[in-house]
Amino acid sequence: MSAATEPVAPRRNSPGRVVGGALQLVALLALAAFILVPIYWMVATSLKSSNDTFAVPPVFVFQPTLEHYQTVIQEGAVTRGLRNSLIVAAGSTLIALVLGTPAAYALARYDFRGRSSLWFWIISNRFISPIVVTLPFFLLARDLRILDTHLVLILTYLTFNIPIVIWLCIDQFRSVPRDIDQAAMVDGANPWQIFLTIVLPLAIPGVVVSAILCFIFSWNEFLFALVLTRNVAKTAPVEAANFMTGFGVRWGAMMATGTLIVLPVVVFAAIVSRHLVRGLTMGAVK
Amino acid sequence: MARATVTPGLDTALPGGTVEPAHRSRVNWTPIGMIAPAVVALLLIGVYPLVIAVRTSFQQYLVTKPYLGTPFVGLENYAKALADPLFRESLGRTGLFFLYTLPVQVVLGVGIALLLAGTRWRRLSAITRVLLVLPIATTPTVVGLIGRLVYNRDFGLLNWFVSLFGVPPVNWLGDPKAAMLTISLTDIWQWTPFVALVAMSGLSSVPPDIVEASRLDTSSWWEIFRHVQLPFLLPGLTAVLIIRTADILKVFDTIFVLTRGGPGVSTELVSVYIQRVGFRIFDMGLASAMAILLLILCNVLAQVYIRIFYREVEA
Repeated sequence: MSAATEPVAPRRNSPGRVVGGALQLVALLALAAFILVPIYWMVATSLKSSNDTFAVPPVFVFQPTLEHYQTVIQEGAVTRGLRNSLIVAAGSTLIALVLGTPAAYALARYDFRGRSSLWFWIISNRFISPIVVTLPFFLLARDLRILDTHLVLILTYLTFNIPIVIWLCIDQFRSVPRDIDQAAMVDGANPWQIFLTIVLPLAIPGVVVSAILCFIFSWNEFLFALVLTRNVAKTAPVEAANFMTGFGVRWGAMMATGTLIVLPVVVFAAIVSRHLVRGLTMGAVK
Repeated sequence: MARATVTPGLDTALPGGTVEPAHRSRVNWTPIGMIAPAVVALLLIGVYPLVIAVRTSFQQYLVTKPYLGTPFVGLENYAKALADPLFRESLGRTGLFFLYTLPVQVVLGVGIALLLAGTRWRRLSAITRVLLVLPIATTPTVVGLIGRLVYNRDFGLLNWFVSLFGVPPVNWLGDPKAAMLTISLTDIWQWTPFVALVAMSGLSSVPPDIVEASRLDTSSWWEIFRHVQLPFLLPGLTAVLIIRTADILKVFDTIFVLTRGGPGVSTELVSVYIQRVGFRIFDMGLASAMAILLLILCNVLAQVYIRIFYREVEA
């Protein structure tokens, strides 16, 4: 599988291998730098005084300051945005779990007419461009007078969260042996009891993964939030984008905001890193 | 309960079979009760809005001129959409964006996967593997903000970097010719790691003894890659191809923050343009017609994806 385990490696320190190893090292370091430098630059700028921000050539070593974080938190808009993001992402994730897990269990365990069509329909939601539903969402939300509320975002985020929960949890429920269901059925438990008290607890790791992915996708969402909120329910990404309007960009405050937004998702993504690809490809790639 | 109605393809798509109480012949309400809430929710928030969008696409619907009402105008919006050079250009730019990003992402992604799987620097490889998750998870809006900083003409990091090679400062976001490349570079940064992770999962499914056996036959890594590893990568790369195509039709956040489609309309991809027609020009009818045309395209992609992955590949 890898060059390192190669059984027929000829002379260990032949010049070719040394050069190859050095090239690999350079490539790995270049790759790590390519990934990290933009993120590092955001965090560094959030901690720089304005003089350091505009320095040419750029300064990599500087006296850090928390002034931008203080400003951003005192002004309150960003904090409110983060709180809105938290309410919306957590609320939508929770509802998606409540609606999605029983559906996933039924799809994993029962056979019924139309099951395949249902499954395909749920999967195909992944491909709908949000701009397509944004227009009617706006008109509907305006008529229902729920524009600029947490509720409207929680509901719209269900369009991608319910499918995520269903397609990730189906796999997880299937990995629970069916003998367990049958044993419980013999003991007189009804299907809902079996699902809630036996299978769901056993499948918790997969359910948590799907919850984290829902949270990440909701937290990062921008288009719906931009169109459906005005003031009260504005989420953090919309607040962040506001920094680009008006005169005199406040780079430090903007990057402090960016860092605060990205921090939780990066932590979550690291926790579920092994499952991220499965979530993005609807289980087609493990 | 009708086993016979299930297509043969589904058995591979949903392995593990089903609990099927043999003694019941009537409708089993339990699974219906479990699925119904999710389906009703998806119908209300996913399908009903689409119905509204279709209806709106046949109406004249100018939000800023409510006194005109919303009369039905037949296919007029569709005719307007198809005749609109800006709409066609935005589709063309979306295609160009696709050509600038996807081939690079696939080649780099597979290269990264081969490097990480095959290198002697095990610990560095393991760390880099974790780092790959960062760009994918980073909020696209924030990626746009970082881009504003890094691509800044006067004090941006990128201009400093290219100046080390004697290149004069480039107006990455302000020059119409450069801007398309700049948004492509941003997309490459964010999504190459996704391709790399998919390719790595493909590589890890190659049986190690096959690779070792082939090493006895040839010492050319290209031969081994081409004939031994590549076949295992193809399903994953096909998935990437379709999903990235769908995502490129969706791409909005990063471009909105980076350029708002500008300068001029030089980076106005299709989603950005439809958003402008709908929410800045406020012509909901025309925007809906364009969105429905886009939806048809998305649907074709979804069908292709499902045909390929939930019939032949064991999901």
